[in-house]
Amino acid sequence: MLNKDGVAIKEQVMSKFPSIETLVKPKAIIECYENIACNPCSTSCPFEAIAIGADINTIPVVDFDKCTGCGICAYSCPGLAIIIGRIKENKALFKIPYEFLPAPIKGEVWHAINREGKIIGEALIEKVDSNLRQDKTLLVHVEVDRNLLYDFVTIRRKEDE
Amino acid sequence: MLSKDLVIIGGGPAGLCAAINAANAGVSSLIIDRNPMLGGQLIKQTHMFFGSEKQYAKTRGIDIAKRLIKEVEENPLIEVWKNSTVVGLYSDKVITVLKEEEYLKIQTKAIVVATGASEKSLAFENNDLPGIYGAGAVQTLMNVYGVKPGNKILMVGSGNIGLIVSYQLMQAGVKVLGVIEAAGNIGGFKVHASKLRRCGVPIYTNTTIKRAIGKDKVEQVETVKLNDKWEMIAGSEEIFDVDALCIAVGLTPMTSLLSMIECDMKYVSELGGLVPVLSGDNETSIPGIFACGDASSVEEASSAIVEGKLVGLVASKYLGGIHPDYEKLKQEYLADLDNLRSGPFGEKIRVGYQKLGGPNHA
Repeated sequence: MLNKDGVAIKEQVMSKFPSIETLVKPKAIIECYENIACNPCSTSCPFEAIAIGADINTIPVVDFDKCTGCGICAYSCPGLAIIIGRIKENKALFKIPYEFLPAPIKGEVWHAINREGKIIGEALIEKVDSNLRQDKTLLVHVEVDRNLLYDFVTIRRKEDE
Repeated sequence: MLSKDLVIIGGGPAGLCAAINAANAGVSSLIIDRNPMLGGQLIKQTHMFFGSEKQYAKTRGIDIAKRLIKEVEENPLIEVWKNSTVVGLYSDKVITVLKEEEYLKIQTKAIVVATGASEKSLAFENNDLPGIYGAGAVQTLMNVYGVKPGNKILMVGSGNIGLIVSYQLMQAGVKVLGVIEAAGNIGGFKVHASKLRRCGVPIYTNTTIKRAIGKDKVEQVETVKLNDKWEMIAGSEEIFDVDALCIAVGLTPMTSLLSMIECDMKYVSELGGLVPVLSGDNETSIPGIFACGDASSVEEASSAIVEGKLVGLVASKYLGGIHPDYEKLKQEYLADLDNLRSGPFGEKIRVGYQKLGGPNHA
């Protein structure tokens, strides 16, 4: 339960995903469940794909027709609540924000982690974006098994566990 | 006795913004801060801020501090005294200051009290053992001076400060064993809680600290579950091996200076405790003495920034310096404050201001 332990239930998580057909292209999945006074996801989106409006307490809504899955919102969200997801054959590809050291390196295999912090499989690091605009929040491109689509949320270094 | 037009007590986000906006209205000011650095709590905030971009959202607190400090230091109308503590405030707008080793008296024409807040603590057995810190001290050690406060730590309190500091501890390589929360639900933003959970940090609601254990420093902590009536449940105790304990159970406005003058004060728990009764312009019951930021109600830094701007504007007007866009800016700031306080997380503040019977912007 989100209110008790910070873990969203699967129905909540799935409500933020577009359809499987839509996910052949990368799309932003915004796990923002509360009316927080905050709007950088919306103002940072170059495609005007994220609607919040004048009342900045409104929960953001993604227009998946406009969203290109570029990932700018993922590193602009102060709550690190956005991941970019995509399906490619039997793999799920994600871009996730990451703020710990050491940074992952392309080609490494890290643990795939779910919303409870448990290891659920392996995550191949495909690319690590780090430019000035990201302001020190890395955007890590990872590949996991497709059946982890709704469970995967972050990565953990194998040496750490 | 020295003589100054506008003195701003406290160089955190509220005080810095008040000085900048006063300068924009052509009014010179003196900022007095007891710390060696300006910026208040911003200089410890390594995370990105919430809010709207107008209040520097998605910028890290440390970078907001850099921008505001640069603006203040480059402005010829703003004078800054660091390492200087205001020790006395009088109704005739005289203040006394301990500046380094010197004791000074200043006759002012207007005063902004932007002294911020202090941390609340908890009563439990052995709460004075070394290794038991408030969250502010942990952040100061870790993020200002680069010193790890411990290696295995338990966090008490799941408000935004407890959650954010836990995350920063993990970034610094400290093992966070868990976050305990006496209430039935997590207090802070769930996005912060989710961030910790996916890193493997458990959050225990309905749980409090019973005692700390240790000889010369904290070595263990005993927690206990609470029932619906907030009574300890016998047999539910749990022991954690720690070398540090962090207390993040809320803040209370620092109003000791305001208590020295006869301005109207009221205890409003929703605003953090004893607070000054304010007009809609953040003026206390004594004309020309203003309060803003956490000193007048404990809120997010984004609100402190807007309140500071508002007070800079109105304090200048009190001194005869009317900003060319006075009305337009004032309405904009009041609307921004309304917006920041309008969601479910602003409810406490809205209720608090109603109880205070104060400003029209609540």
